[in-house]
Amino acid sequence: MPRLHLPWLELSVVLPLLGAIFVFALRNQHLARLIGIVTCTLTLVCATGEWIDFGLLESFEAHDQWDFLERVLNHDVLVVDELSAPLLPLGAFLYFSIVVTTLRTKVNRFSFGWTLLSESLLMATLACRSPWLLIGLLSAATIPPWVELRQRGECTRVYVFHMGLFVALLVAGQLLVDASSGSVALSIIGGCLLTGGALIRNGTFPLHCWMTDLFENATFGTAILYVIPMTGAYTVMRLVFPIAPTWALQSIAVISLITAFYAACMSTVQQDARRFFCFIFLSNSALVLVGLEMVTPVGLTGALCVWISVGISLLGLGLILRCVEARIGRLKLNRFHGLYEQTPYLAGTFLLTGLASIGFPGTVGFIGTELLVEGAVDVYPLVGFTVVLATTLNGIAALNAYFRIFTGTHHQSSVSIGCRPPERIIIVVLSLMMIGGGLVPQPGIDSRYHAAKSLLEHRNLPVSVHTLSENDTSPESSTKDSGMSTE
Amino acid sequence: MNTSTILYLLGVAVVLCPTMLVVGLGLPLLFGRPLTESTQTRLAKGCAYLGLTSAVAILITMLITGIREVPIEFGNWVEVHEEGFHFHLKLVFDRLSVPFAILSYVLCGTAGAFANIYLQGDRGYDRFFILYAFFMLGIIVSTVAGTIETLFFGWELVGLSSALLVAYFHERPGPVRNGLRIWSIYRFSDAAFLVAALLLHHLTGKGDFDILMGEGTWPNGTAVITSWQALPVGLLLLLAAAGKSGMVPFSGWLPRAMEGPTPSSAVFYGALSIHLGTYLLLRISPLLNASPTLSFAVVVLGAISAISGSLMARVQNDVKNSLAYASLTQIGVITVEIGLGLRYIALIHMIGHACLRTLQLLRAPSFLHDHKAMENAVGIRLNTNDCAVPKTTSPLQLVVYRFAYERGYLDTLIDSFLVQPFVKLFRFFNECERSWTEALSGTKPDEQRQPSADLELVEEMV
Repeated sequence: MPRLHLPWLELSVVLPLLGAIFVFALRNQHLARLIGIVTCTLTLVCATGEWIDFGLLESFEAHDQWDFLERVLNHDVLVVDELSAPLLPLGAFLYFSIVVTTLRTKVNRFSFGWTLLSESLLMATLACRSPWLLIGLLSAATIPPWVELRQRGECTRVYVFHMGLFVALLVAGQLLVDASSGSVALSIIGGCLLTGGALIRNGTFPLHCWMTDLFENATFGTAILYVIPMTGAYTVMRLVFPIAPTWALQSIAVISLITAFYAACMSTVQQDARRFFCFIFLSNSALVLVGLEMVTPVGLTGALCVWISVGISLLGLGLILRCVEARIGRLKLNRFHGLYEQTPYLAGTFLLTGLASIGFPGTVGFIGTELLVEGAVDVYPLVGFTVVLATTLNGIAALNAYFRIFTGTHHQSSVSIGCRPPERIIIVVLSLMMIGGGLVPQPGIDSRYHAAKSLLEHRNLPVSVHTLSENDTSPESSTKDSGMSTE
Repeated sequence: MNTSTILYLLGVAVVLCPTMLVVGLGLPLLFGRPLTESTQTRLAKGCAYLGLTSAVAILITMLITGIREVPIEFGNWVEVHEEGFHFHLKLVFDRLSVPFAILSYVLCGTAGAFANIYLQGDRGYDRFFILYAFFMLGIIVSTVAGTIETLFFGWELVGLSSALLVAYFHERPGPVRNGLRIWSIYRFSDAAFLVAALLLHHLTGKGDFDILMGEGTWPNGTAVITSWQALPVGLLLLLAAAGKSGMVPFSGWLPRAMEGPTPSSAVFYGALSIHLGTYLLLRISPLLNASPTLSFAVVVLGAISAISGSLMARVQNDVKNSLAYASLTQIGVITVEIGLGLRYIALIHMIGHACLRTLQLLRAPSFLHDHKAMENAVGIRLNTNDCAVPKTTSPLQLVVYRFAYERGYLDTLIDSFLVQPFVKLFRFFNECERSWTEALSGTKPDEQRQPSADLELVEEMV
C-alpha cells in the first residue's frame, strides 16, 4: 500500500487528543478556547495536507509515513482511501469553524476539552477501516454529547436509549458477520443489524427522535458537531456496503427515502429554528443514504457529492443560526424576528447556505443532486421523483425559515448584533466554497466518480451472498457482482 | 474575423453582461462592502445597454446574412463520460430567442432606470438591485438556453428572484407571506420541470433542444420522439409553464405578486416572468406538433385561463390587481395560439403584450397621483358615474360575479384540500414525536418550548 509523505493521519488524531488532555488540565476557559483554536487549526492543516498528499499519490488507499501504530499493533490501523480522503479535512474544518466562532461569552457553556476529544475520535473514525475498532470509536464518540447533556442537567434517557441501541446493534451485527463464515443467513442477519445500527445513528425514521432531542437540549455547537459528519452514512459504507448484496441495499434505500420525505415535510411545519435545522439535515442526510444504497456508479457519485455539499452548506446554515442564537437567544419560527436590517450579511448568507443545501443551480449541491436523482431514476423511477419532491419541500422550508428570522418589523437592539470578524471570515470561506464548487464542479465530480467506481469494485461479497446477488433481476447489479467475483 | 466568430462573441456578450452585473453587485455584498447607489445604477445601466446592443447586433447580423439559427457551444459543463451523464451548456440564438432577449433587455433596462428613481434612498436599494441582477441573468439564460438543463438553470434564478422581490417590503407580513406562497408554487412547478428534464434524458439520452427540434430551425422543427413519449414530457412542461405564467390553477399568485415594488411588478410579473411559461411552450413547440393530445391540453388550459382572467379582471378594485388579471387573460390567449400552432402570432402577441403591460403598470401609481392632482386643481371629482351598477342582475350574473370576486375559489381550494391538511397532519406528527420523547425521558411538557398557536394568529392580524 502506498505511503503518504508525512504522518498526516496520526497527527490529525493525536493533535486534538493532546489538546483535549491539555484543556482538561486547565481551569481557565478563555485559555482553553485559545488552545482549542490553535489545536483545531493545526488539525485542519494536517487533514488538508493528507488530502493533498493523497491526491498526489493517485491511489485508492494509502497509509501514514513512519506509521507508529502499525509498528506497535502490527496492523494498518489508520488508512485513508478515496471515500475518507475529503471527509477528513471537511470534519476538521467543521470543528475549526465551530471552535473559532464560539463567542467568548459562551465559553463557560461549551466544553472545549470534550470537543477536542470528539474531534480526535472523528478523525480516527474517518481514518479507520477495521470493523471492531470502528465500532469502538463510534461508541466512544457517543460519550461527549452525553456528558454535556448531563452537565446541563438535561434528561439523557432519549439519547442513551437510541445510542445504546445503536452500539448494541453494531456489536451484535459484527459478531454475527464474523461468525457467519459462509453462512448466508447469519451474514444477512448480521448485515441487517449493522444496517439498523447505522440507520439509527443517521437518524432514520422512526428512530430519529434522539436527534431532535439532542438539538433541543445540548448546545447547538455540540449538536452540529455530532451530526454533520454523518458517521451513520460512513458506518454504512464501511460495515454494510462491502458485505450486503445489491438488492438488500436498494431495499434499504426505500427506508431512507421515506425518512428524506418525512423530514422534508416536517421541516416545513417546524416552529423552532433548531428543530427546523435538525429536520432539514435529516432529510438531506437521508438523501445521501438513498444515493449510497442505489449501488450504481451514478447514484453513488451523486451521494458522495451531496455528502460533501450538505456538509459544507448545512455547516454554514448551522453556523449562521448559532451566530443569531448567540445574540438573541432561542429562535422561534412562529413569529417574524425582523433581523435583516441588523444583520443583512447573515441574512444573505443564510439564504445562500439554505439554497445550497437543496442543490440550487450554481451552488455546490446542484450537480450532486442531479446525479443522485438520475441514479435513483435508473433503479426506481418513483424514488427519483420522490427525491425531487423532498428537495422541493426543503426549499420551501429554507425560505420560510429565512423569512421568519430575517423579515418582519425591525428588531430593536441596544447593542450591535452584527457578526464578528472570525464569523465573517468563516462564512465567507464557506460561501466561496459553495459558489466555487457550484460553478466549477467537474474536479469534484471526477474525484467522487473515481471513488464511487473504486468502492463498487472493492465490494467483497461472501461467495454465498454473491450467488444470491447474481439472481437479481437488475442487470446493473448482476454486472457489478460478476465483476466482484473475479477479485 | 468572420461572421461566425462575430456572432459567437456577441452571443457570449449577451449572457456575460448580466453575469458581470451579478458578480459586480454580489461580491461587494458578500464581503460586506456594498457599492454606492450611483455605482450600482451605472453598472446596471452599462450591463443592460451592452447586452441590448449585443442582442440587437446579433439580430442585424442574422437578418443581413440570412442565418436563422446561431448555436453557441460551451461544451459540457460537467461530464461523467463513462456513464453518459453530461450537463451540456449551449446557447441558441434563433427567431424565438433573439426577439425575446431584446425584449428582456429593453424591459429590464426600463425597470432599472425607473427603480433608480423610485427606490432612491430606500434601505432596500442594494437588495433590489442584486435581485434585479439575478432576475436579468435568469431571464436571459432561460431565453437563449439551448438545452433543457441550461433553461432550468435560468428558470430557477427567475423563480427565486421573483419570490424575493415580492417580499421586498419585508417589514410587513403580507408581502412576505405572498413571497413564500409564490416560491412554493414555483418550487412545485420547478419540480415538474426537473422531472420532465429527467424523463427527456431517460427517453432520449440527451437534453438538447435539437432532440425536440429535429433537423429544422424554430418554428419548423420536427420532434424526433414519438407521440407517446412527447405526451408525458409535454404535460410536465405544461404544468411547469402554468406555474410560472400563473395560469389556472396557479393564478392565485398573480395579485399576490403585486405586493412588490412597482418596477418589479411591472417588468417581472406583468411582462417577463409571466411570459416565461408561454416562452417555454413556444420553445418546445415541436413536442406539441408531435402530440395532438398535448396541443389540445394546451388549448384547453389557455382557454380556461383566458376566460377566468377576463372575469376576474372585471371585479378587481385595485389597479395593479386588475392589470394582473388582464395579463392572465392575454397569457391564456397566447397559450391558445400556441396550442393552435400559430407560433409567430403568439410571439408577436407576447412581445406586444409585455410592452403594453409594462407601460400600464409603471404608469399606474403616477396616473392615480396625476388624477388626484387634477381633481384638486379642478375642485370636483372626475368621472364619478363611470362605475354605475347595472339595474338588474340575474342569478347567473351573481354566481359569475362571486366566482370572479373569489378568484375562482382557487386559493381556497388549494388551501382547504392541500395546504391545511398537510400542515395539520405534520403538526400532529410533530406533537406525537414530542409526546414520545417526553414519555421516553419521563419529563413533563415544557411550556416555554411549546409553540404558541396564539402568536401565529396575532401575526396574521398585524
